[in-house]
Order: sequence, then structure tokens, then C-alpha cells
Amino acid sequence: MQPIVSVRDLSKTYGNGHHALKEVSLDIARGEILALLGPNGAGKTTLISVICGIVNASSGSVSVAGHDNVRDYRATRGMIGLVPQELTLGAFDTVWNTVKFSRGLFGKQPDPAYLERLLRDLSLWDRKGSMLMTLSGGMKRRVLIAKALSHEPNVLFLDEPTAGVDVELRRDMWALVRRLRESGVTIILTTHYIEEAEAIADRVGVISDGRLLLVENKLELMHKLGSKQITVELETALAGVPGALADWSLQLSEDGTRLSYSYDPHTADARIQELLCAISAAGLVMKDLKTTQSSLEEIFVRLVKEPS
Amino acid sequence: MNTHAVRVIYKFEMMRAWETLLQSFVSPVLSTSLYFVVFGAAIGGRIEQVQGVSYGAFIVPGLVMLALLTQSISNASFGIFFPRFTGTIYEILSAPISSFEILLGYVGAAATKSLIIGVIILVTAGFFVPLEIMHPVWMAGFLVLTCVSFSLFGFIIGLWADNFEKLQLIPLLVITPLVFLGGSFYSIHMLPPAWQTVTLFNPVVYLISGFRWSFFEVSDVSVGLSLLMVLVFLTACLLVVWWMFKTGYRLKQ
Ligand SMILES: Nc1ncnc2c1ncn2[C@@H]1O[C@H](COP(=O)(O)OP(=O)(O)OP(=O)(O)O)[C@@H](O)[C@H]1O
Ligand SMILES: [Mg+2]
Repeated sequence: MQPIVSVRDLSKTYGNGHHALKEVSLDIARGEILALLGPNGAGKTTLISVICGIVNASSGSVSVAGHDNVRDYRATRGMIGLVPQELTLGAFDTVWNTVKFSRGLFGKQPDPAYLERLLRDLSLWDRKGSMLMTLSGGMKRRVLIAKALSHEPNVLFLDEPTAGVDVELRRDMWALVRRLRESGVTIILTTHYIEEAEAIADRVGVISDGRLLLVENKLELMHKLGSKQITVELETALAGVPGALADWSLQLSEDGTRLSYSYDPHTADARIQELLCAISAAGLVMKDLKTTQSSLEEIFVRLVKEPS
Repeated sequence: MNTHAVRVIYKFEMMRAWETLLQSFVSPVLSTSLYFVVFGAAIGGRIEQVQGVSYGAFIVPGLVMLALLTQSISNASFGIFFPRFTGTIYEILSAPISSFEILLGYVGAAATKSLIIGVIILVTAGFFVPLEIMHPVWMAGFLVLTCVSFSLFGFIIGLWADNFEKLQLIPLLVITPLVFLGGSFYSIHMLPPAWQTVTLFNPVVYLISGFRWSFFEVSDVSVGLSLLMVLVFLTACLLVVWWMFKTGYRLKQ
């Protein structure tokens, strides 16, 4: 199936010479929830901004449902809703007016019934007459979401929707995201929270220093993450893995003193006992033993640390 | 054409004026009345007539122009500067809307507001002195052209300024002196010959002269030249705005 958003070799150099995006390519499938993870300054907001038309790309291209986002900007922008990272809202407008404004701006006929449903959905209906500046941060975040959804977009970008949001509102947001997905909206969200990606995303992308390091199905990623490792420290250094242990696909550390074995603890045939016997049988003397379990966090940190 | 978008921007900008009614409409009227009292009554008593027109009436076109210029510029510059300043511009930039439609919304609203103010001032002036407009069509033409071109100019300033100081800078340091030295309160023929020549480099002179001609048929320069200068200014502003949008100047990184 044709991806709804397709990013090709996208690079962005800001006016001050900063390389915020480096040859990013990414396909986003229709109806999926994609979480973009990455440390501060990784380029998440820049990527979203280029796709939405707020920042010009230096090179590369973006298409949305087959339309180029520069040449055919009306078509692409009309399909996209954006919830920005910062709480950027006017001060002197009311909730109702600002949502109505957004819908008009995106070229849609007024539809008070739809907007009412939207505000009710976001628990904003009783505040519809409130001035924006009188709202709390969490409410403002909801208003921004309402504005982004006011024109019934097919693709929704949420730039750190749960930053500075309490636990309850976070659960609400996740529920909303799932509901939207069920109604066919494709959702791309950025986050610093790995639990968040785990909780709601179908796929996870990791960005660091302007590069997209990986995009993977969450379940596959979790599977990888679920694996454990047992590391055996040896009395004497080895030059290579002994032939008797060749079947085990062990890894030898550079200095030759540690052998590691990865396994999936969820399967019954972890064969730890067997492995240890085999090591003894091969005439190796074990000095120490440890097991580790990699978390998404670890993988994340590892990915982000070593420039690939 | 995304007419919904133009409409909501226009409406939003007009609403801003209604909500700050005092500042938007009452204050220019008040300050014009003050000018009128001070210049018309105090000084006018001594000058009596300029080029066959009573001094009180003579300054009306200049006063209207003064208000139009400052109001057009401040309305339009503030209108686009503020969303840039607060960050809400992201929504305009991400919307399916062309540069022309953005202009239509913002500049259209700013021009409308100053047009309303101009008319209110004219009417107010009518209470102080008998006003006769000999060429109403020319008068309306100058009124509209001035509103539009200076709203465009204000839009440019609103894009160019990256802080509140700069936003005030041009109106304060350039426009106000040009208007005061542009023959709002006197005919440039009243100046020494050398200064008359210098004044001809002031574009506002042409504006005020042409506008005054449409009232009293007296002018410092020919009315055709006045019209030409306004159109040149309008075109120049359009070109600058076109360039700004094309390059994303101060709008898009
Ligand atoms: N307008 C700009 N001019 C110059 N550099 C910029 C600009 N905007 C962002 N940058 C730089 O580009 C890099 C990427 O910024 P970006 O906002 O995309 O990161 P991010 O992944 O969204 O970070 P965060 O998690 O903190 O929101 C950063 O180093 C930032 O300093
Ligand atoms: Mg960001």
C-alpha cells in the first residue's frame, strides 16, 4: 500500500549552519501510530516542521498521499493536523473562537456540530467561552489538539503531547490517540518517554543528531529488547571461541576473557545449564558469571551514543 | 482560493479592533480633534487662508492622511508581528493557504480599519469646519490607495521587525517626520525655495497634495503626479512583499 507520508533524503541546515536533519528517509503507513524518540535537539520538531510546511527543507522531498508538500501544498497541508510542542496560543481569544478559526483557516465549511463533539471529547465543552489565557497548561494542550483536529485531518502530528502533563491527562491522550487511530487517522508523535512509545505506538523511530537511526515495529523491537544475555568471565584469555562451543554462537570479548550468550528467557529451551556444562567440558575455568536484560532504554542510549 | 481562510483571518483582525475599540477608533479621532483644536483654532486664527482655503479646512486632508498612514502601518505591522512573536504563526504557515490569501486577510483588514478611521475623522472634521469635496471619486481613490499601500508597508515592517522596538522604529523615526514635513499643516509654497526642492523628495508630499486637491482643487504638485507616486509606492511594497514570501523571509527558516 502507498505510504501516507513519504520522506525522501530530507536534509535541513538552519541559517546558522546547524545541520538539524541529515538525509532522513521515512515511510509512514496509513493508519499507523508512529512514535519518534530522540534526545533534546535530535531534530524531531524540525522533521515535523518540514513535513507540515513550517520550515523549508534544504534538500530532499516530502509527499503526503502522493502529493509533493511544496508543489501541491494545499492538498498536503489540508490533510495534516499539527499539535506543536510549545503551548502557542493567542491570549485574548476564546476556546470556541480559536477552534472555529482553525477550521476556517484550513478551508473547511463551518460545522458547529462537529466542533461541539470535538470539544466534548476533549472535555473542553464547559470552557468553550473561556479566554485562552485563563486556561491551565493541560487545558491549553487540549485546545491545541482541538485546533489540530478542527479540520478533520487524515494525519495528525503530536509534538511531545504529554510533556508536562499529569498522569490522568496522559492516559486521556493515549485513549484519544487510540480512538483517532480507530477512526482511520494516522498519528505521528514525538516523545522522550519510552513507556509512551511502548504503550501506544505501532512502530518506533529513533532520531539522534539529525539522523533517523532506526524505524521498527514495536513488537519486534520489544522482542529484541526482551532478550537476555549471560556473560561468563574466564580465568584465562582465549584467542577464539573453542571449536567445541561453535554451535552456541557465542561472542568473545576483545580481550578474550568474556564469553556472552544471548537468549530469550520466555522460551523454555534457554539451555543455560547445558551451556555451562559445555563450557566446563571444553576445559574453560569460569571466574564469574552475570546476566543482563536489555531495555528499550538501553538500546536507545546505545543507539544514540554511537554514531552509526 | 481558500476563501474560508481569508474570511477567518479578516474577521479575526477586525474583531481585534472591536475588542480594543477605544484604542482602535476612539483614540485616533481624539488625537485628530486635538490637532484640529490646536492647529486649526490657535494657529488658524492668525493664518486665515492658504491658497484661498480657510486654514481650518486646509489642514483636514493632511490630518486624515496623518491618521491613515500611522493607523495603516500600526494595524498591519502589529497584525502580523504579534503571531510571529507569540508563535501562533505556525498555524498560518501550516495551513493550506497561499501568500496572496494571507495578504488579503491581514492587509485587507488593516486597510479596512484605517479606512473606517479616515472616514470617522473626516466626519468629525465636518463638525469643526464646513467641508466641501470637489472630486469625491478622486478623494475616495486616494483614501483607499493610501490605506492599502501603507497597510502593505506596515505588513512589511511587521515581518521585518524582530522585536517591539523595531516595530515602533520606522513609524516613529521615518513616517511621523515625513508626514509633519510633508505639508500636512502648510503648503510647501510657504517654505523658502531651497526647502521646497528638498521637500519634493518626501513621498508624503505627493500623497497629501493629491488628497488635498480632491477637496479644494489646490495642490503643491500636479494631481497626476500624486497618483503616479502612490501607485509607484504601492507597486514597490507589493514587490517587497512578494520577495519576502518567496524567500520565506522572517517567516520560514
Ligand atoms: N530556528 C532554528 N535556527 C537554528 N537552529 C535551530 C532552529 N530550530 C532548531 N534548531 C536546532 O536544530 C536542532 C534540532 O532541533 P529540534 O527542535 O528539531 O529538536 P527536537 O528533537 O525537537 O528537540 P526537543 O526534544 O528538545 O524538542 C537543535 O540543535 C536546535 O538547536
Ligand atoms: Mg522538539
